[in-house]
Amino acid sequence: MAPRTLYDKIWDDHVVHQAEDGTCLLYIDRHLVHEVTSPQAFEGLRMTGRKVRAPEKTIAVPDHNVPTTLDRANASTMTEDSRIQVAALDKNAKDFGINYYPVSDVRQGIVHIVGPEQGWTLPGMTVVCGDSHTATHGAFGALAHGIGTSEVEHVLATQTLIQRKGKNMKVEITGSLRPGVTAKDITLSVIGETGTAGGTGYVIEYCGQAIRELSMEGRMTVCNMAIEGGARAGLIAPDEKTFAYCMGRPHAPKGAKWEAALAYWKTLFTDEGAHFDKVVTIKGEDIAPVVTWGTSPEDVLPITGVVPAPSDFTGGKVEAAARSIDYMGLTAGQKLTDIQIDTVFIGSCTNGRIEDLRAAAAVLKGKKIKAGLRAMVVPGSGLVRAQAEEEGLAQIFIDAGFEWRLAGCSMCLAMNPDQLAPGERCASTSNRNFEGRQGYKGRTHLMSPAMAAAAAITGHLTDVREMMGEKV
Amino acid sequence: MEKFTTLTGIAAPMPLVNIDTDMIIPKQFLKTIQRSGLGKNLFDEMRFDRDGNEVADFVLNQPAYRKAEILVAGDNFGCGSSREHAPWALLDFGIRCVISTSFADIFFNNCFKNGILPIVLPQDQVDVLMADARKGANARITVDLDAQTVTTSDGLSFGFAVDPHRKHCLMNGLDDIGLTLEKAAAIDSFEAKNAALRPWA
Repeated sequence: MAPRTLYDKIWDDHVVHQAEDGTCLLYIDRHLVHEVTSPQAFEGLRMTGRKVRAPEKTIAVPDHNVPTTLDRANASTMTEDSRIQVAALDKNAKDFGINYYPVSDVRQGIVHIVGPEQGWTLPGMTVVCGDSHTATHGAFGALAHGIGTSEVEHVLATQTLIQRKGKNMKVEITGSLRPGVTAKDITLSVIGETGTAGGTGYVIEYCGQAIRELSMEGRMTVCNMAIEGGARAGLIAPDEKTFAYCMGRPHAPKGAKWEAALAYWKTLFTDEGAHFDKVVTIKGEDIAPVVTWGTSPEDVLPITGVVPAPSDFTGGKVEAAARSIDYMGLTAGQKLTDIQIDTVFIGSCTNGRIEDLRAAAAVLKGKKIKAGLRAMVVPGSGLVRAQAEEEGLAQIFIDAGFEWRLAGCSMCLAMNPDQLAPGERCASTSNRNFEGRQGYKGRTHLMSPAMAAAAAITGHLTDVREMMGEKV
Repeated sequence: MEKFTTLTGIAAPMPLVNIDTDMIIPKQFLKTIQRSGLGKNLFDEMRFDRDGNEVADFVLNQPAYRKAEILVAGDNFGCGSSREHAPWALLDFGIRCVISTSFADIFFNNCFKNGILPIVLPQDQVDVLMADARKGANARITVDLDAQTVTTSDGLSFGFAVDPHRKHCLMNGLDDIGLTLEKAAAIDSFEAKNAALRPWA
């Protein structure tokens, strides 16, 4: 057999049927469901009298709408339409017999954090969800991507998806990262390099020493934002770190099944000589802590940089950059570290895991946030929250002046009470800086948890390396 | 799903690049449990001010484009969130076709599930169509899916590519799920084989 990429191997093992024109029916191992993109799909099943084909492979959790304040058990904390959507998921989960983590369950959290945490996500699987950040699960060497609601209904009814194979792209990060540089800086820097459409039509395999040196949490951060580079899915070949993370999780295999799984997982790597349609190589040493200045995730610059001018760009990007600079209330040539902020948000499926909270707490320990700032930490799941409390991280955040919240998507997309007011500026560990994303006319700067923590202390965008005593 | 065969209509020019699905339909409108009724909130934060008044210079508020059925847009249209509410909102407004140099994958797929035809053309041809769209309501663009052509109001035609399976479904208004369920035997046999090969999955 010709050498194959990791993507080729997972794809080949899931083809149920291939039509003459190359259209494939792909089997789906895990279907994750949340309350926003699923109600119309379940309604479609009801209207046609169809059932969920594999309820045991379907996992639902409400996350987008749920408030993250401690009083959220009180129904008045949610708007009427949010309540209806969450209630619809409660009912659909019960009626169709799928796995469910309701708001009251300590395991509830952001769907992309709960899946891996509970051992639903495993190497070599196909994982889909009506959510573009499904790419997160690629960190396990699973082929994972977002789908629309019609496709959610299709997967519920058939446990398959109609797909055409994408192209292979390799993103190699060579060498090691410098101190103060994290997985978030890798993934933003890649998007800065390729643009938000650079990955369109591709599945990205991230590889290289800097990727291997990342923890599973860091790898999830990298894959999470593959979609922001236009790629539906990002992948990282599983290794001992992956296996160690999976072992003992509630839904991971045990005993003989574990051994069989492990033997199979060890075959999941790109063969020597396999073909990639596109290759991007970045030196790990060259990556600096970065922030976004504009309203597209490709608007990335090292924190040492200045706001660009529209004339620095070409084509349609000239107008887009002018619009972004105006929307963001910035001036060309302004130093990024001179940008004052009002709000700090640490959380989301990009950076709401335990390692993210550890990184932020390490910067904040014994310090106070700038007076007048609003700062919140929203753990990615109830279990991340519990662990952070056990490790003493929660107390560090509280002592520094952060709000310590319950799990949910929170201010990443502001479909819940956590929102920016018009003109407010946020240092955010989330994944999208689009216009209005965190609230109408809100202004978002994306960055790593350590960088967000540094900004919380000073009140402006800040190079975390200076706080760490690192030479820049 | 409504069939798509040919369409002759007003095309609205939206040259901005990276128009994301948060722009197409902001999150506060995703709290519906229905597919219909989203057209009034299409491009909400660009189309209306905070008090709900129309923003006069936004293209779909201009008299010539209020009944647009086609959008000619900048690169990477539909990027970001997977929300199918984006094509639902476009369709509910009356948009049946979007033309750009590139689309984000998930949005592109979602269009076909809803009877909307996304057409990818090279930059120079999109530029010609953009200029044609700028002429306003008297200049109508014609899209012929069977022939796979887009024709300007001046009669200039460009061919476009479309996946044969998707074309077939769109032209006949076919439901994917029904088609897939015809392959239930293949799914059954895959599951049986898979249970032996990967019993943990």
